[in-house]
Amino acid sequence: MTRRVVVTGIGVVSALGTGYRDHTDGLKDGRVGIAEISGFDTERLMVKIAGEAKQFAGEDHFTRSEIALLDRVSQFALIAAREAVDQSGISFDEALGQRTATILGSAMGGLQTQDENYFNVYHDMKNRVHPFIVPRLMNNAPVSQISMVHGLMGPAYVVSTACSSSNHAIGQAFHQVRSGAMDAAITGGTEALLCFGGMKAWEGLRVMSKDACRPFSKTRNGMVLGEGAAILVLESLDHAQARGAEILGEICGFGMTADAGDIVQPTEDGPARAMRQALSDGALNPEEIGYINAHGTATAMNDRVEASVIKQVLGGQAEKVMVSSTKSMHGHAIGGAGALEAVATLMALNEGVVAPTAGHEEDDPQIGLDVVPNQARHARIDAALSNSFAFGGLNAVIAMRRWAG
Amino acid sequence: MTEDVAKRVAAIIAEQALVEPETITATTTVEDLGLDSLALVEVVFGIEEAFDVSVPYNANDPAESDFKLGNFGEIVEGVKQLIAEKS
Repeated sequence: MTRRVVVTGIGVVSALGTGYRDHTDGLKDGRVGIAEISGFDTERLMVKIAGEAKQFAGEDHFTRSEIALLDRVSQFALIAAREAVDQSGISFDEALGQRTATILGSAMGGLQTQDENYFNVYHDMKNRVHPFIVPRLMNNAPVSQISMVHGLMGPAYVVSTACSSSNHAIGQAFHQVRSGAMDAAITGGTEALLCFGGMKAWEGLRVMSKDACRPFSKTRNGMVLGEGAAILVLESLDHAQARGAEILGEICGFGMTADAGDIVQPTEDGPARAMRQALSDGALNPEEIGYINAHGTATAMNDRVEASVIKQVLGGQAEKVMVSSTKSMHGHAIGGAGALEAVATLMALNEGVVAPTAGHEEDDPQIGLDVVPNQARHARIDAALSNSFAFGGLNAVIAMRRWAG
Repeated sequence: MTEDVAKRVAAIIAEQALVEPETITATTTVEDLGLDSLALVEVVFGIEEAFDVSVPYNANDPAESDFKLGNFGEIVEGVKQLIAEKS
């Protein structure tokens, strides 16, 4: 049994705001949510900027006893999930709960809880820690919390594949619904790695920019971290139509590959195979692809490799396709990145607005693509791809179509 | 001192049970307060932090623990004993 899979709900927390509307208004305005870090002391950091979800305070959404059990990574996921479920109008009775999967991506899990408590035991020499450290920091906490709140009793797990985590998760959820194993899925990703230890670890790689994220610009000088969550409600087309749901887009294909190359340097072959798989899985021709939400980290290497891969896979269509990296605005949310970018892709399909690549200063002849510099563009997009290429050479590409009714 | 221990323990328990500390008496049990297993572990943690003691409480098998979390009076007695053993 193969069924069509549609998106009926979206929820977001990002540096651009809390909620789909604030996030996508930011994307449409080309607003950059990356700024000086204010959430913790940056004195000993070399890199002092990030895409913090500054307007998000757990205290605005949860009681103190709830927060005792919720790392920021779970707080993001719960708020985004609530919005997505409310928007879709879906209600989970026991039967549907048993036929709904909960599959999220997260690379670092409850990193802030770990960071804080390692500090307590190694620096402050405390001999006891709060009893809820483990239920807060475990990578599956966001998924478990969502399943508990909404009564979702089908397959539930977290996928952890660094920067591809969310795309892998959405792909798994897509497979669950397409195959008929499940009727619905809550999917996406969440990440809250902005803390001193998290920043220090990334600084160590020497791939971060100290001033801005400028994907595909000749002047690009590295990535900028972000944080947040995006959650999608997926349903089989039949299920969505039977309850009269508004359909926001269709997920039609998914491709995933491993480079089997290097732990940090990408190959061209692995990403290219993933993009081709997504196209063929979605029965799409390259000529149908109007938009690609790029992985676009703004490192010298990623953007050059990704541009080359897009040209190889799309052939002549690479001259027409719009390619943008929204990491330029919300930062690189690592395990949550693909989900935030799926939202930008759905916005392009459903609202006909292609998010720009902010921070563009100068064309790079090595890129040679229409990267939608700095200003959003109105266009009817019939089909789109969203790329994620992770450290460790793990590639995951989602193919989506506009829902024409 | 004695009164102080009882007051501080009552405050710790009250915070977890979301009740006023004055409503807790010597015969109030953890069941009366609706404290679940996670809340009890938080109470134990709160006591350890407040009095700088180590509470021999095993959440796997509370009944077999050396520290009794029965009613409030027992808890306070247990805490006092731990403080005495420490000094």
